[in-house]
Amino acid sequence: MSLEHYKIVPARHPLRYIGVAFSILIIAVVAESIFSNQNWGWSVFRQWFFDPAILQGLLMTLKLTFWSIVFSLILGTIVAMMRLSSSWLIRSLAWVYIWMFRSLPLLLVLIILYNFSYLYEYINVGVPFTDTVFAQFKTINALDQFSTALVGLVIVQSAYTAEVIRGGILSVDHGQFEAAAALGLSWWRRTTRIILPQSIRSIIPAIINECVGLSKGTSIVYVLAMPELFYTVQMIYNRNQEILAKGERKSAINSFVFFKKAQPHTTQPRIGASYDH
Amino acid sequence: MIINQSVQPANGHIQVSHVFKNYAGHAALQDISLDIPAGSVTVIIGPSGSGKSTLLRTINHLERVDAGFIQIDDEFIGYRKKGDKLYELKERDILKQRKSVGYVFQNFNLFPHLNVLQNIIEAPLAHKKLSKDQAILKANQLLGLVGLRDKVEAWPKQLSGGQQQRVAIARALALDPKVILFDEPTSALDPELVGEVLNVIKNLAKLGKTMVIVTHEIAFAREVADHVVFMDQGRIVEQGTVQQVLEHPKEERTQNFLSRVL
Repeated sequence: MSLEHYKIVPARHPLRYIGVAFSILIIAVVAESIFSNQNWGWSVFRQWFFDPAILQGLLMTLKLTFWSIVFSLILGTIVAMMRLSSSWLIRSLAWVYIWMFRSLPLLLVLIILYNFSYLYEYINVGVPFTDTVFAQFKTINALDQFSTALVGLVIVQSAYTAEVIRGGILSVDHGQFEAAAALGLSWWRRTTRIILPQSIRSIIPAIINECVGLSKGTSIVYVLAMPELFYTVQMIYNRNQEILAKGERKSAINSFVFFKKAQPHTTQPRIGASYDH
Repeated sequence: MIINQSVQPANGHIQVSHVFKNYAGHAALQDISLDIPAGSVTVIIGPSGSGKSTLLRTINHLERVDAGFIQIDDEFIGYRKKGDKLYELKERDILKQRKSVGYVFQNFNLFPHLNVLQNIIEAPLAHKKLSKDQAILKANQLLGLVGLRDKVEAWPKQLSGGQQQRVAIARALALDPKVILFDEPTSALDPELVGEVLNVIKNLAKLGKTMVIVTHEIAFAREVADHVVFMDQGRIVEQGTVQQVLEHPKEERTQNFLSRVL
């Protein structure tokens, strides 16, 4: 019997059309309200957006974000390894570090660091508990605004990063550790060749989240009177009192930056996708 | 030079002396003593939780014993002998000792982000035992031995369970171990895939390496074993030849176990 006389009717998805209509409506309402409302002050926005001071602030923010990410990844990896150590003491030390810097508000950490010279007038590089000192710095000189901000962001961020990396490592099947150990692979080789490449799949998305959070978090360093983006905008606002334009400038610029930053995440090929085919 | 298919001068003599191991108050191994001659095939059988796998893991120092000693060719596993003192080895030296002991896991544990070739050459390269070219040549020969010469470039996920286990066996052989330990190598496989893995193991028995196999496949044990060990509740209940243990078991527990699995 021939089956060719059957006609195939594709499935219909009426809810999708409703969803499309709804989305268009939302976009239209938001756009209309933003562009028709004079209070947003778009002319002020246009005037200041490419102002050198703003761009300088943006550059500072980007610089701070970049170095914070680099150093917090390094420190975070070390803390994560400590947290997974077989030594009880090392594990506890890392646990306390993570617990403390996840609990303390970044603002508080920055203020303490900013006033570090009241606590310790000098920073000595030498052998602890002896008089041997290789180098000595005056705290107030060593910790300028940028390094204070950087140190503060790095020590707080690495506590979060450490937990992300630890989670990634623990997500790797225990059999992989055993197989590597049974083949006599050294700790370093086991970690770099077997465990980290497998954990990176779960680490990367969370780390990207952390980086986006961090770049927004940099705005808090304005308390150090450092001319990064938020502080600069604040200064301009103090002069022209255009509060809305201020906030919007800030958010517009930020979202642009995040969009740029978020791109690699969304378009990035899946790590290790090669063994999926 | 790469693989000596003929029978090698026998080495890999395993001696287990009065080994004890506790897990959180539960006695996993109680006074285990076992002598496994070089080049022999020993099959360990017994019900789940009888300590078979734990014993196997202690031979590779994946598990540290609480008391007792394990020697391979008079070298103490986990210790270095100096005079009449035994110094506990550091991690690095334990890893070195493991080079002479291959281990095949129940769940294969191939590295999923490495292809078949990379899985096999990883250890020889890590130990700088072979150059990359030599390692690749050897990997190809080992894959021939397990009947997977055409899977060099495949990824573990593309292989069936039986094929994965055969790659895992090739990987364990890549360091030319004196001893190969098999921890229930067919337990995670679909029934129709068990045969291909057992055939590979049977062929290996001819290479003259010392093999210790934990398995539930009694028919297979009957075929390959020089020596059969029956364990229950952390103790060796009975051991001997296939004839002694599988055909005419003396102990009641052995008889009960065999009547249940056969």
